[in-house]
Amino acid sequence: MSDVLVVAGHALRESLRRRVFAVVVCLTLAFGALYAWGTSELFEDLAEFGPNDFGLDTRTLAGATILGLAMFGTLFLGVVLAVFLTLGAVRGDAERGLLQPLIVRPLGRRQYLAGRFLAAATVSGAYVLLVYAGAVVVTGAIGDWWPASPVGAGVRLAAAVVVVAALALLGSILLSANANGIAVLMVFGAGLLAGLLGSIGEALDSGTLQTLANTASWLLPFEALYRDALRVLVAEIPGVTGAIVQLGPLGGSHDAGALFYPYAVAYLAAVAVAGAFAFGRSDL
Amino acid sequence: MPAALAVSGLTKRYGATEALRGVDLSVGEGELVGLLGPNGAGKSTLVKIACGLVRPTSGRAEICGAPAGSPAARGALGYLAELFRFPGWATGDELLRLHQRLAGSDGGAGERAELLELVGLSEARERRIETMSKGMQQRLGIAQALVGRPALLLLDEPTSALDPAGRRTVRGLLAELRRRGVAVLLNTHLLSEVEQVCDRVAIIDRGLVVAAGSPSDLARPRGVEVETASGTRVFQAASREDIPAIVERLVHAGERVYDVRLVRSTLEDAYLAAVDAPAEPHDAPATTQRRGAA
Repeated sequence: MSDVLVVAGHALRESLRRRVFAVVVCLTLAFGALYAWGTSELFEDLAEFGPNDFGLDTRTLAGATILGLAMFGTLFLGVVLAVFLTLGAVRGDAERGLLQPLIVRPLGRRQYLAGRFLAAATVSGAYVLLVYAGAVVVTGAIGDWWPASPVGAGVRLAAAVVVVAALALLGSILLSANANGIAVLMVFGAGLLAGLLGSIGEALDSGTLQTLANTASWLLPFEALYRDALRVLVAEIPGVTGAIVQLGPLGGSHDAGALFYPYAVAYLAAVAVAGAFAFGRSDL
Repeated sequence: MPAALAVSGLTKRYGATEALRGVDLSVGEGELVGLLGPNGAGKSTLVKIACGLVRPTSGRAEICGAPAGSPAARGALGYLAELFRFPGWATGDELLRLHQRLAGSDGGAGERAELLELVGLSEARERRIETMSKGMQQRLGIAQALVGRPALLLLDEPTSALDPAGRRTVRGLLAELRRRGVAVLLNTHLLSEVEQVCDRVAIIDRGLVVAAGSPSDLARPRGVEVETASGTRVFQAASREDIPAIVERLVHAGERVYDVRLVRSTLEDAYLAAVDAPAEPHDAPATTQRRGAA
């Protein structure tokens, strides 16, 4: 375990000293400022609307919609961070000659992978939780709208990023850094697209589109975790407002089901086993 | 006591390419062995298999009796790759501290200071690696490989980026390591370096050890040159033992002898003779055997 922590600490120190975190903090502050501005404008405009005849809770609609958008933005930023922390962890570092001096130490290859995963998952997961919490606070403070179950949604969002970090680390064993970065971001985009198609499929009652989305959810669990996070966010909103916000701004809410969480854990374990096997057989 | 490195029947195939075709080699405790061979001969592959970075197709490689690649084997060796890079953001001291942790060394600051002094980098301990010259980084690489007092040091082209003064420093360092009982396998293209510091040499060509022995044994006598009043006379088949008889014969014949030289082939001659001929398997014991010069 100590070897794992040494590798994780080394990876985190590198990010810190390379000013990766400084850049991330600056860009996140910019994102937060824009979000606060947009939220402020949205709720100011909302004040001009009077009562409506449709039973629509405009404050809830606006709050849930903009927080759903913030969740998508947070997921995207977290995924970018996770990918950049892992994209060259194995082949990239081996091609640059950084990996070999570490791997010839008694440290095992599995411990090296575990250390890199621990660093990426901790940083990107914590980052997502922080940014999401900030978005919840900004939405509540400016618009006076608070989700009923903010913690559950945040945890699912963080878990989605952890799954992407694991996939990116697996990809780093098989692909060069550039190819891996491109591949993981394309897989991420494809997963989200499948989720959007699923939402459209639900609205149009298209079985094919829903099957497509469900298949993508099982193959790429981060997508299901994201849509389940959206579900938790809006699950307790009643009436027509609830029906509208469940469609979501970028991917509708979707109940992943009770079996999904053990499956996601098993999926991560399978990725870990595949990574250890592939790395163990790699010539460096 | 097992050999620091024992390799037998080692083969490695990359697709259709055979990088190693049955290599036998051993490096004894405290022995300094040079590994010579043309580019693509399989030298780096051999070193990487010993480090556990590359898996052999067949055959055995052991470090101090433990299978290459096992934690025990990795714990007993230090390695400097031919193409290496250290994190530029770290200082020399931080790099050594990282390797101390990974190697489980409890040498602390004392070991780090000693190693940096050994490679002449005491003044640069707090300097970021990215600001060091390539030569400094190479010396730091040797210090890194020595963390944890390894029994075997595998050095892949350790002087390729060094100037003549740096090379002399490394030669002195290798002599010091031998004095301390550290076994070294030195993969290099520099014949002069091998000639000056190595106890034994193994020449690899096309995946096989084609010649092995001490540098002086490989550089065999090529005859005797005698300078006389009538000019230089060469006795090509003669050896050191023949010199008194040759001189006696010449003096008896009325020649005036001014100088007698035993002519030796250089290691370069031996190397070229070994790698020019078609490669054949060769066991690599301590005794001298040359294929090309036989």
